[in-house]
Amino acid sequence: MNEIRPLTKFLLGVVATIVAIWLVAPMFIVFPISFSADASFQFPPREWSTVWYESFFTKPAWTQALGNSVLIGLIVAVVGTSLGTIAAIAINRSESRFAGWASTAMLTPMIVPPIIAGAGIYTFFLKTGLVGTIFGFVMVHVALAFPLVVIAVNASLSGYDRSLELAAASLGAGRLKTFFTVTVPLIAPGVAAGAVFAFVTSFDEVIVSQFMVSPSLQTLPIMMYSSVTRTTDPTIAAAASLILGAIILAFVLFQFVVTPLARRSRNRTAA
Amino acid sequence: MASAPETRQFSTLSTQAIRVNETGSQKKRMKLGKGGPLLLALLPALIVLGIFYFYPMLTVLVAAFTYPEAGLQNFEWFFGQPVNVAVLTRTITTSFWVMLVCLVMAFPFAFFMTIVKPATRNMLMLIVLIPFWTSMVVRTFAWVVLLQDSGPIGQFMKLFGVEQLGIMRTPTAVLIGMAQVLLPFVVLPMYATMSKIDTRLLTAARSLGARPAKAFVSVYLPLALPGVASGALLSFVMALGFYITPAMLGSSRDAFLSTLIQGQVQGLAQWGYGAVIGFVLLFVTLVILGLAAWIGKKTGGSVQDMVGGSKA
Repeated sequence: MNEIRPLTKFLLGVVATIVAIWLVAPMFIVFPISFSADASFQFPPREWSTVWYESFFTKPAWTQALGNSVLIGLIVAVVGTSLGTIAAIAINRSESRFAGWASTAMLTPMIVPPIIAGAGIYTFFLKTGLVGTIFGFVMVHVALAFPLVVIAVNASLSGYDRSLELAAASLGAGRLKTFFTVTVPLIAPGVAAGAVFAFVTSFDEVIVSQFMVSPSLQTLPIMMYSSVTRTTDPTIAAAASLILGAIILAFVLFQFVVTPLARRSRNRTAA
Repeated sequence: MASAPETRQFSTLSTQAIRVNETGSQKKRMKLGKGGPLLLALLPALIVLGIFYFYPMLTVLVAAFTYPEAGLQNFEWFFGQPVNVAVLTRTITTSFWVMLVCLVMAFPFAFFMTIVKPATRNMLMLIVLIPFWTSMVVRTFAWVVLLQDSGPIGQFMKLFGVEQLGIMRTPTAVLIGMAQVLLPFVVLPMYATMSKIDTRLLTAARSLGARPAKAFVSVYLPLALPGVASGALLSFVMALGFYITPAMLGSSRDAFLSTLIQGQVQGLAQWGYGAVIGFVLLFVTLVILGLAAWIGKKTGGSVQDMVGGSKA
């Protein structure tokens, strides 16, 4: 691009590099810290050890929190993606004004500060005995995950050629058959993205979750949050590294499995 | 659209995440049956949302006026306590500063992304997306490590004779942490808008005699505005509801409205007081969204463009 003078480009590059370091450096500091032998978060660590990983995997509080988070996240991904996908299809296809309202309703959790719903959920759960139950967690997290599921599915719904469905129908396929053999494969990448978003939303949720946890049911982010604010247990460094590792893994999977799939289905419809 | 297919694949799914409800007008409509069964399909989601999100939220808003008894006494309490008003102003001003910091950092970054080779661009996109995906608690924990006095920044500063870094548990730490968390939400819509701007317009402006700076300000900036506005709005509104970052990086004197609500509801069991703070927080959020809608109307855009951002 010859409109940009070399000096301008160079200066922009310097700024961009600083911003880039500022964006990613914090995360990569977590790995070395987790292998420190120190009980304080000294960086760089003076001695290396895996003592905090041992601590993580031998303390039932941490492993149970991890188990709870994974379990809740998986159920949220399944339930949230199913309900959200059906709703997104209805929103996308319906001409009713009600569908527009429903769409706004489903996107609300993205804009309204989560603490407001959280405070309400606190009394609601106390009254209904849902505090510390997997069911309660799943339902609330599903509600919070809807915006991302609806957005992801809606994007893939509006991105493909609707005439493919007409073609299938004109060739004699029934409505259900058309849906499962034409529509579902076409929107699968969007649904997969929605599922990943739903899992991440649930797995990372702290603000609302802190109103729902009980001593017997903790989640990993809540454990980490209270570990930083109330105690100074360096096990959090190991926990943070494990989550970060999992996220990087998920990211790689997403970029090299889900995205190519999306590309393939897009090319297929474009052809 | 055709300029950068590879980058687009990196960015699509995550930009979609912040491109709220963009279809509306250009939706290709085809009826598969009458409205009835379709709307029935919305029911399961709406029931879950209604019971586990809207009902609890409404109880908060109603409780602000009715708990423990009907009246405005909760509001009198909120505005009668200088501490509360201070937290309210702090929440708004900090969010505003976070938005400014994000804009200042995101603009050159997003612009740089549009002028580099595709490989570099993909790399930069990856750098934006990794934090976007990373757990909030993990990121904030990383800032705790970085900003504490014995942390790497503190040790680096010791070389220059600064004994105590003293950033941790200050408003500066909160600002740094929040801006980093929200930056991807500003870069993504900005880049989405900027990547579609035809830079030949700049050349045209120059050939008509405009100096580079003038061409940039009068041609490029207006075209980039929807993305800028979208990033600004999103970061401001999201910052208002922040909870974890102020609690982990700030001192108790740097509390946000969110922290105050949690303290009143769960800590002090002052349900009515918590509710009224929630009401105020929601009110401020809606006022800012409304303001954005008004500005959008004046300038010919809409909130959807601002939140969606990437349609320019």
